Amino acid sequence: MTLATLPTRRDEAWRYADMDGVARLGVAALDQWQAIDVAAGESLTRCLVVGSDAPELHRFRVTLGEGATAAFFVTNAGSDYTRVEVEARLARGAHFEFGGVTIGGAGVTREFVTQVVHAEPEATSNQTIRAVHWAGATGNFLGEIKVARHAQKTDAAQDFKGLLLEAGASANAVPQLEIFADDVKCAHGATVGALDEAARFYMMARGLDPATAQRLLVQAFIGDAFVALEDEAERETLLDAALAALEGAKL
Amino acid sequence: MLEITNLHASVGDKPILKGLTLSVPAGEIHAIMGPNGAGKSTLSNVLGGKPGYEVTAGSVTFRGEDLLALEPHERAAKGLFLGFQYPVEIPGVSNVQFLREALNSQRKARGEEPLSGGEFLKLAKDKAGLLKMDMEMLKRQVNVGFSGGEKKRAEMVQMGILDPAFAVLDETDSGLDIDALRIVGAGINAIMRAPDKAVLLITHYQRLLDVVAPDKVSILAGGRIVETGGPELALRLEAEGYDAVMA
Repeated sequence: MTLATLPTRRDEAWRYADMDGVARLGVAALDQWQAIDVAAGESLTRCLVVGSDAPELHRFRVTLGEGATAAFFVTNAGSDYTRVEVEARLARGAHFEFGGVTIGGAGVTREFVTQVVHAEPEATSNQTIRAVHWAGATGNFLGEIKVARHAQKTDAAQDFKGLLLEAGASANAVPQLEIFADDVKCAHGATVGALDEAARFYMMARGLDPATAQRLLVQAFIGDAFVALEDEAERETLLDAALAALEGAKL
Repeated sequence: MLEITNLHASVGDKPILKGLTLSVPAGEIHAIMGPNGAGKSTLSNVLGGKPGYEVTAGSVTFRGEDLLALEPHERAAKGLFLGFQYPVEIPGVSNVQFLREALNSQRKARGEEPLSGGEFLKLAKDKAGLLKMDMEMLKRQVNVGFSGGEKKRAEMVQMGILDPAFAVLDETDSGLDIDALRIVGAGINAIMRAPDKAVLLITHYQRLLDVVAPDKVSILAGGRIVETGGPELALRLEAEGYDAVMA
C-alpha cells in the first residue's frame, strides 16, 4: 500500500514533526520500512549515528521471537530534520532495549518515535532517551507502549530527560501507554531542565574552561542512554558523535 | 599575594560587602571569622567568581593581577582554589575524570604539558593517602553519595592534586566529626603551609584553628573587616562572643 498523501500534524505520531522536512522527504520515503526478525532466543544489537545536512527518516519494524533480545542505540545529531521510528513486537519473554540521544541546535527538529507491543506475557522493554538542544532546536520522543490483554508480567520502562542549553530550544515527550493486562509494570518519566549552573561553576572553579565543563556535564547526561550497550567501542562512537555535535553550542 | 581593597559587592540588589580591605601575603594562613550574615560566603564566592555576585566598587589583586577581570577557570589556572562550603554533586562524572581534566586544563592554560593517565593516578593516590581517602572513592562520581565529611575530605584531595598557590576555604570544617577535622586540618597544613603559598580560612569555630594554627585572625562583620589580630583573637571570640569582642 502506498500512502497517497503526506501526514499532517493532526496525526498523533507527527504532532511535533517538522512538516517542511517531511515534505522534503517526499511521499515515497514514508513507505520504506526495514523489517527485522529476531528469532526465538537470538539477540541483535544495532548502533546508529543518524542525521546529515538533508532530512532523514529511518523506520524499523522489529519482530522478536520468544526470549529474543533486540537493542537499538541511536545518536540523532543531524543538521536537518531527522526522525527515527522503531516498532517492536515482543513475543513471550523477549526484551527490547532502546537508547537514544537527540542533540543539536540550528533550529532543527530531531525525533524518536517508538511503538513497543508487548503481545505476549513476560516480555520486558526499556527505553532511555536524552535530548540536548539549543539555538531554537527541538527534540521529541513519542513513545507508545501497548500491552495485550493476556500479556501478564510485562515489565516496560520509558525514561526521557531533556536538557535545554538556552531559551528558545524545546523538548517534547509524549508517553502513550495502552494496557489491557492487569498484572504488569509500566514505568515512564519525563523531565526537562537546564544545565546545572552550580555544577558548572564548581567545575570552572577547579579550572575547567566553560566548553569542557559543559561537555563533561552533557556527556554525563546523555551517557544514561547508552549504559545498556556493552560494546565499549560502539558506545564511544555514539558518544563521540553526540559530543561532536555539541561543538559550537551555546555556552 | 592577595590584596583586597575597599571591596563592595552585592547579591541581587542587596549590598553584602561594604568596603572590605584585607591583605594576605605569601606564607600566611589568615582566618576569617564572623557572625552569620556578615558576608563570609559572599567574600569567598566573589573571590571565586561565582555568577550572581556583583562587585560594585573596590579591587582584588592576586599575584599582581586584577583577579576580578578573570573568569573562574582562569583564576584557578593562576593558582586560586576555592574550597566549597557545600561541595557540588556531579552525577555521571567520576572524580578521576573530573580532576584529571581540571588539572590538565589548568596546565594547558599555564603552557605546561598535560599529565598522562598513569602520572595522574599516581599523584591522585598520593594526595588521597594524605587525606586517608580510599582510591576507590576517587573512582566514584563526584561527591555523589558522599557524606558531609567525605565531601570535605574530597575537597582537600582536590586541593592537593591541583596544588594551588592560594586557597580560600569556606567553612571547610562544617559537617566534620572530630577525627575528620584532624585529618582535614592536617591536610591543609601539609598542602598549603609553605613560604610561597597562602590560605584564607573562613570558619565559625576555634576547633579547626587548633589544628591549622593561623598566623592572623580577622573578624568580618557587616561586610567589612572590623578587627585583625593574632591567633589570640580567635580564642577571645570563642570565650567572649562576637558582641563582646567587637564592642
